[in-house]
Amino acid sequence: MLTVDIKKRLPDFLLDVRFSIQQEVVVLFGPSGSGKTTILNSIAGLVHPDSGQIKLHDQFFYEQGKKPLPVQKRNIGYLFQDYALFPHMTVAQNVRYGLKEGHELRLEPLLSTVGIDQLMQKYPHQLSGGQKQRVALVRALATEPDILLLDEPLSALDADTRRQCQDELLRLHKMWNIPFLLVTHDREEADKLADVILMIEDGKLISQKKKVPLLSPSIS
Amino acid sequence: MIETNLTPLLLSLKVAALSTSLVFILGMLAARWMTQKDFWGKHVLESLFLLPLVLPPTVVGFGLLMLFGKNGFLGQLLSEWFGITVVFTLTGAVIASVVVSFPLMYQSAVAAFTGVDRRFENAARTMGASEWRVFWSVAFPLAWPGLLAGFVLSFARGLGEFGATLMLAGYIPGKTDTIPVAIYFAVEAGQMEKALFWVVIIVSLGMGTTLWLNWWSRRSLRRYANQK
Repeated sequence: MLTVDIKKRLPDFLLDVRFSIQQEVVVLFGPSGSGKTTILNSIAGLVHPDSGQIKLHDQFFYEQGKKPLPVQKRNIGYLFQDYALFPHMTVAQNVRYGLKEGHELRLEPLLSTVGIDQLMQKYPHQLSGGQKQRVALVRALATEPDILLLDEPLSALDADTRRQCQDELLRLHKMWNIPFLLVTHDREEADKLADVILMIEDGKLISQKKKVPLLSPSIS
Repeated sequence: MIETNLTPLLLSLKVAALSTSLVFILGMLAARWMTQKDFWGKHVLESLFLLPLVLPPTVVGFGLLMLFGKNGFLGQLLSEWFGITVVFTLTGAVIASVVVSFPLMYQSAVAAFTGVDRRFENAARTMGASEWRVFWSVAFPLAWPGLLAGFVLSFARGLGEFGATLMLAGYIPGKTDTIPVAIYFAVEAGQMEKALFWVVIIVSLGMGTTLWLNWWSRRSLRRYANQK
């Protein structure tokens, strides 16, 4: 379980959120500039809160007054907006970058599941938007993270590719069974992907909604 | 008359090669450090790094003479501990060249590292890469075009260094007479043909270097732009 309880002074407002998530797809939903990416970056360790705590299972990532756990030791997967694939490396080099020694075998099924096994020798600039997204997803999961953070992962895609990638994300979540924390400002996307939607506005968590299962038992 | 004594050319190449190798490493590490850290007095330190760029070479040479001379702090230290003499030696020429070309390498490297999108480095960190691995596998290759430009500029500057070299290494034929110093003393002695010969050589070297750099950076920028 991930527990986040942080405060951080941002230029326009105070980010002040408290939530916890299980092995589910949780969407941080809200307008641009409301502090969603800062929350992801704080969990990843790329920025540090001013106070509070971040805890995954029994490990403190951040605890006020103590030295934060370095990014490298947090075992998180992070899918950046625009993917941040290394432009000077092939797809193979990109997805193997964070691979742990001796874990090569776990990569193969992942590659074929998302259908990028034919692209291994290509460079990022030779890929379409959807292919880049898949490569970035595999790269983030190849490190076998305890949690996957996704920052607007589908915003650069056209409608059709977007739908395909949404389905793929849900399939991968079932396979990996780890918390997926996803940032979006697209309502439709949030509704489709989320088990839980956290509404963020001006740095505050204004509501928390759990998705109602589509196939609820019928009352006769 | 064609000059047959090519010592100035060999010495110049030797000085430029040695100083550029040193400057490349020092400038790159200093730039990486400065672009990563924020600390009190950073701007003062940066101004100090760039000072040789705006000072007359004779002033740089005077400063080096004070520092590395027989009675200078570093001169005494090097002499007593390692038996190394700097003044009127090739080592002096290399040191002078390092100091005047350092700002060029430093500036190019700062621009190169600043131009690398931080998300690439952060992505590497989230995948568990150590800071050393982030540097070698991500920052260095992506900053390479700018680093190489700095390398070439520093080499050209080292090749043409005159004022500080003359102050620190002097003019000892066969020992410290690099091309620019040889030109000056040839003109002094009225040997205009000899001076012209070395002028043609150094202009060709400088022109060749900048032409190559222009061609290469256009090519690599095109490739890099495609990869982004």
